[in-house]
Amino acid sequence: MRFLDEYRDSAAAAQLARSIRKTVCRPWTLMEVCGGQTHTIVKSGLMDLLPSEVTLVHGPGCPVCVTPLELIDKAIAITARPETIFCSFGDMLRVPGSAKSLLEVKAAGADIRMVYSPLDALKLARTNPSREVVFFAVGFETTAPANAMAVWQAEREGVRNFSILVAHVLVPPAMEAILSSPNCRIHGFLAAGHVCTVMGWEEYEPISQRWHVPIVVTGFEPLDLLEGVQMAVAQLEGGRAEVENQYRRAVKREGNRPAQHRIAEVFEIAPRKWRGIGEIPASGLRLRERYRAFDAEARFAVAATPAEESSECIAGLVLQGLKKPFECPAFGTRCTPETPLGAPMVSSEGACAAYYLYGRHKHEGSESELPRAASR
Amino acid sequence: MKEVNLSCPVPRPADDIVLLAHGGGGKLTNQLIERIFLPAFACAPLEARHDGAALELNGQRLAFTTDSYVVRPLVFPGGTIGDLAVNGTVNDLAMCGARPLYLSAGFILEEGLPLETLRTVVESMRASAARAGVQLVTGDTKVVDKGKGDGVFINTAGIGVIEAGTAIGPAAVRAGDVIIVSGDLGAHGVAILSVREGLEFEAPVESDTAPLWEPVEALLKGGIEVHCLRDLTRGGLASALNEIAAAARVGMEIAERAVPVREVVRGACEILGLDPLYVANEGRFAAIVAGQDAERTLELLRADPLCANAARIGVVTGSPRGMVTIESRVGGRRVLDMLSGEQLPRIC
Repeated sequence: MRFLDEYRDSAAAAQLARSIRKTVCRPWTLMEVCGGQTHTIVKSGLMDLLPSEVTLVHGPGCPVCVTPLELIDKAIAITARPETIFCSFGDMLRVPGSAKSLLEVKAAGADIRMVYSPLDALKLARTNPSREVVFFAVGFETTAPANAMAVWQAEREGVRNFSILVAHVLVPPAMEAILSSPNCRIHGFLAAGHVCTVMGWEEYEPISQRWHVPIVVTGFEPLDLLEGVQMAVAQLEGGRAEVENQYRRAVKREGNRPAQHRIAEVFEIAPRKWRGIGEIPASGLRLRERYRAFDAEARFAVAATPAEESSECIAGLVLQGLKKPFECPAFGTRCTPETPLGAPMVSSEGACAAYYLYGRHKHEGSESELPRAASR
Repeated sequence: MKEVNLSCPVPRPADDIVLLAHGGGGKLTNQLIERIFLPAFACAPLEARHDGAALELNGQRLAFTTDSYVVRPLVFPGGTIGDLAVNGTVNDLAMCGARPLYLSAGFILEEGLPLETLRTVVESMRASAARAGVQLVTGDTKVVDKGKGDGVFINTAGIGVIEAGTAIGPAAVRAGDVIIVSGDLGAHGVAILSVREGLEFEAPVESDTAPLWEPVEALLKGGIEVHCLRDLTRGGLASALNEIAAAARVGMEIAERAVPVREVVRGACEILGLDPLYVANEGRFAAIVAGQDAERTLELLRADPLCANAARIGVVTGSPRGMVTIESRVGGRRVLDMLSGEQLPRIC
């Protein structure tokens, strides 16, 4: 398939892996920020191709994983109102709140619809004027422009029965939070390519300088990630710490200015709580005063209930790259995608689920070493 | 930020109500079977856990199966719910190595359904039955209040005569066997989703719904040592292989690049955030055959236009038991798990 197969070619992958092996002399730990990248790494088995000196740890860039529990509880409280049509991206539906997931309340009769775009939710609001249509605005800078656009259009057209439940988070403050942790062992970052298509990489330059870490803006296909690793390792071995762009086919230094303007017009920066990490100052978005009428939290005045916590789940350590999922005693036993103890086991972008779904053969005792047999 | 606050709450697993995923053919479906149905109805034919039951009556070996069809939309590119209702049950019989003979049909109709729609569905059932060489010999009709059904639900049951000389099923699968798929995967699921999501492609994707007895008969008549057959419906190839690997207590290794998926289907799956290995097919099956018969199996299958894209995708191994692994296009290896819950598109 054009535009995909080029980035999944095994000969090119082997060549990049050789080049990484040739460059690397010392052990380095790199964090890929985005859950989509984690998904690709584990799904394509990229760790098999990398030399043992390179350790990849998986960052907090899974929007489903870091959306705080209280907000899911609020979403569920909103769906209990009979006038509501609650719209969400697919994988948010399965994340458990403190008692239930959205899929479960859907099964119990709530009107919950899976949509591919907030503009589809806005369309539902137009065609159902007697209902309240609420969109769960989850995600990083990548999904922010479309969500801003939906609110901006709703305001312009006077669609009063549309609102969004905002759970937007921002990447750079999370990277700084991870770097400022005394336990941090990250030597370099593969920055989230799609976030940078919107935001560009200017905002990463001060981070790279302040903490002296290489940051490579990286795409999502297997070859993108291998090339990102190669560029980061080359910087580390050469003693450099710069922002570089691997994802040249999609990202410009300044990003997408019209999209940034739309975000800035509708949203403002606010403190946000990250599930598994805690509150990070100036790490999220909320609707500006002018658009506050479209804020579902304000419109439905739902109260948050404090959440129970598991002493067993090490999601916080996993999201900061301090532990690998299989280092958790509950991994694959008490905690599986069917019975998750924490959010990273829920979404396929979550590091724990990715390891469970795709990497289990590496960690299941002596039977696990596969005979490299006839299928190759 | 000073101290990182580690909070991760304990969610409660959904185990007290039926979720849509209980019907998805993945892990939750298997839980329903294991925890509710098997304990209640335990008997030898059921415990074989195959697509249909193999029964012996007066020295005659029969296969018996049933399936219900609830697809939306009722009419989609390449077929209707009626085609699925006939072919699905015919194929479950074929997967037992049985020549399909007789079908029953139960219709649950929703008040207000246009008779024209029903005529279209019934006409497609007639045509599919003729193509598969089966007769619809008994039936039933119920009508439910408007809003209590989705137009038409159909249940069919089928009886066939087992023509395979040896038992076909997971119990016969062993290390060294070869895994073959009968054609390109994912077209049915993508045809349905493209209608639901309003997607249009340069070349429209049509459902692959088709009866599969003929290619199976060709394998049996050709003397192929067939160990297991499975049609790749709900949950797709990944779930089918996992079920067989678990039941047979063997491992399986497949290669992603060897699995035939048409370009337009791969493209649609990329757009929708789905994995074609989990997407439903209605006219495709996996054959697990003795290693020495692999080439001959491919020859026999490819002689049938329905199976022109048949491909060898992997092998059965001794370990790790119950686990399917896949070599990715770039050369890494990972687990190919059974579908967990519904396949939900990712956010970004």
